[in-house]
Amino acid sequence: MENTNEMTISFDSRTCNEGFIRVAVAAFCTQLNPTLEEVADIKTAVSEAVTNCIIHGYEGEVHKIIIRCKAEGQYFYVDVEDTGRGIEDIEKAMEPLFTTKPEQDRSGMGFAFMEAFMDEIQVESEVDKGTTVHMKKKIGR
Amino acid sequence: MDSEMQIAGAHLTVHLPPELDHPNADRIREKTDAVIKKQYIKTITFDFQDTVFMDSSGIGLLMGRYKALGLRGGSIYAVHVNAHIFKILHLSGVYRFLEIQKEEPKSGESKEGRELWRTPMK
Repeated sequence: MENTNEMTISFDSRTCNEGFIRVAVAAFCTQLNPTLEEVADIKTAVSEAVTNCIIHGYEGEVHKIIIRCKAEGQYFYVDVEDTGRGIEDIEKAMEPLFTTKPEQDRSGMGFAFMEAFMDEIQVESEVDKGTTVHMKKKIGR
Repeated sequence: MDSEMQIAGAHLTVHLPPELDHPNADRIREKTDAVIKKQYIKTITFDFQDTVFMDSSGIGLLMGRYKALGLRGGSIYAVHVNAHIFKILHLSGVYRFLEIQKEEPKSGESKEGRELWRTPMK
């Protein structure tokens, strides 16, 4: 489509990549002319999704995480994909304060923040195959 | 001396980094818990002066220290909180367990309170 612009990044699930990746997504998003608040929202949502891949999807092992971004009209789309262990009960996983790793001080707020900071979120997951989080946000309302 | 951790009596001030994300939250959790283990700490101030980014890992850090200090009200303070951080503290509900200060308190507050806030910035 004429009106779209896309970017894909594949990177290792190392914690040291978390900062770089949310900044890369935020930089890509600036073509939509977002407010500072919208940029902060997107960075937080991406950070949550990527942290989930590292901690839960791959449980500390190093594999690839793929981020796909698309700017289309006023809409910003970002997908975060891993090929890790997958989620058994997506509904449960998305409940605020639910976490499988309380001993690591995980707050259980990851999906709640993604929902709060983006307009739409869809989670696809299959056990032992991986998880993809699709997010969408309208910029400049 | 460690510029991130400042101890004054039973009070610990933690100067948070610009990005309070998963790797930084883990690192600060370890440092904070090492202090709590070594000596009696009654209250902790988390100073967000330099912090521009936070995600749910930061919430985990604050909640975890609240638990570590025995789930007592008035034990955890968050100071110099910007709009983005404030939003996250509210969304997550942790504001109910914390004392949040957006700016330095004005004079006229209790001496003890003033002492608490008058931690040097760096």
